[in-house]
Amino acid sequence: MTGESGGGAVAESLPAADARVRAGLRGGRRPVVSLSIIAVFVLAALFANVLSPADPDEQALRKRFTPPVWDASGTWQHALGTDRLGRDLLSRIIWGSRVSLTAGVLTVLLASAFGAGVGLVAGYHGGRVDTVLMRITDATMSFPVILLALILAVTVGPSFVNVVIAIAVILWARYARVIRGQVLTLMGLDFITQARIAGASASRIILRHLLPNTLNTLVVLITLQVGYVIIVEASLSFLGAGIPPPTPAWGSMIAEGRDFVTSAWWVSFFPGLAILLVVLAFNLLGDWLRDTLDPKLRQL
Amino acid sequence: MARFVLTRLVQSLAALAILSVVVFVLARATGDPLHLILPMSASEEDYANARRYLGLDRPYVEQYLSFVGRALTGDFGTSLRARRPVGELIAQRLPNSLRLAAFAMTVSLLLAFPLGVLAAVWKGTGIDRAAQVIAVLGQSLPTFWVAIVLIEVVAGRLQWLPAGGIAGFASYILPGFTLGWFVVAGMMRLLRSGMLEVLDSEYVKLARVKGVVERRVVWVHALKNALIPVVTFAGIYFSILVTTAIVVETVFAWPGLGRLAYEAISSRDFPVIQAVVLTTAAIVAVVNLSVDCVYALIDPRIRYVR
Repeated sequence: MTGESGGGAVAESLPAADARVRAGLRGGRRPVVSLSIIAVFVLAALFANVLSPADPDEQALRKRFTPPVWDASGTWQHALGTDRLGRDLLSRIIWGSRVSLTAGVLTVLLASAFGAGVGLVAGYHGGRVDTVLMRITDATMSFPVILLALILAVTVGPSFVNVVIAIAVILWARYARVIRGQVLTLMGLDFITQARIAGASASRIILRHLLPNTLNTLVVLITLQVGYVIIVEASLSFLGAGIPPPTPAWGSMIAEGRDFVTSAWWVSFFPGLAILLVVLAFNLLGDWLRDTLDPKLRQL
Repeated sequence: MARFVLTRLVQSLAALAILSVVVFVLARATGDPLHLILPMSASEEDYANARRYLGLDRPYVEQYLSFVGRALTGDFGTSLRARRPVGELIAQRLPNSLRLAAFAMTVSLLLAFPLGVLAAVWKGTGIDRAAQVIAVLGQSLPTFWVAIVLIEVVAGRLQWLPAGGIAGFASYILPGFTLGWFVVAGMMRLLRSGMLEVLDSEYVKLARVKGVVERRVVWVHALKNALIPVVTFAGIYFSILVTTAIVVETVFAWPGLGRLAYEAISSRDFPVIQAVVLTTAAIVAVVNLSVDCVYALIDPRIRYVR
């Protein structure tokens, strides 16, 4: 990237960004806490079958609503207690991290790939192509995500794939908008003009020159959006339009415990805590990435 | 300026038109609503009659055009479930949703302003970090979980506020806080970075040199200019608020559009679904349009971009 000659503002900003990253990595605040939280949940998701102390779907009605271990009647067998059907909450939360993390990461990757593509094409071509693509982007942005997902859930039935599609179908618009804005600035710079004079094709300019210069923004946006998607997925599962039971999903676990909050608070509380930890970690990591990679992106 | 407003208006209308097609197609795709409204014992003939009566036997294009034509006059048809004009249902629920949204927006502004300004003034200190934690926490907490916890603790154990429904000002506090806290983070962050930039500028330094009291420098001179970026994003916050309201209204049994949408979708009441989605989108579009106009008024440069 730095090999581009006469890159104007972009070429100048790159060493500065590198220096910031190095400074950020060397000293100052490092996202140790958020990275460790994410690592713990990723491990839990990957090795759920080894790590979870019990079968997440095994019912034991006699042991229903066992409180967490620190309660007088709690046992180490069910460290976080059991739910309405006597299922072990800790195991269900560990298995639930698989659902939440895959949904979050998969959705955001799909949305960012498509959105960045639209943004690159719109920004590169400009004119009518840009106008049409941006109108579609605006229309998409004005569609409430949760409404679409609810409609899809009743249409095709709630499933993991539908949740991912429903969220990605709306989410790409953010990427398209932001990336297009960046491409517009890049298009005015000398190195793009030079690439054109040198006879580079449209696809070459987009993939070799424009895309690499928007990667920082993409990484920041992707990280910040994973948390948002996990919340939306959980909200959908909570409303009964997400991942259908008996698959353990944090949102539906909270919904299942909702009627028993007064007598058995832990059933709803712990899955919520899990969501909070993961989303907080991704948000903090995203904030840190933005401050180090691309401080000009104030609001994403 | 007039040209700018006109262009944006046409653009918003085009977006709404695209959306109306999408909504229409999706609503038709939710399966045959007759299975839900007719009794189990209904005969083939009953189905045919009902279909003809509701206009469901006509070609899709015709159904769409008549839907748009009537929608433009405010007639969204009859709810399949409530058997009442959809326009009436919307008119009944919309004010509740708008009031809740306005209240939530006020809550988030009341939180974001002091947090953003204090974080900028005390940059790098404990105050800055605490302000950021409060903001990020709101963004990271699932609203429905906050709602459940608040209902259990504040409404249940402490009995301070009502647990749901709408009855007087007190019933706004819990849902409004749940909803408002969720969008504080973005606004606070914008204000903080805006303030940092402005506090470092020449005119603020000049004001200090001239002996203006520091409190006045921060809250009047600097804040005024740090507000501009917040205005640009007000539209985005509003649409996030509207989306999140569906979940919050459902948990708090709030008689608003969000809850209406949830009920309509679970009973495949597609005239209502169409109307709710279009109303929501229209409101978001109007808000965005006004935001753009306000922005163009504050910052004349924007009128010539694009």
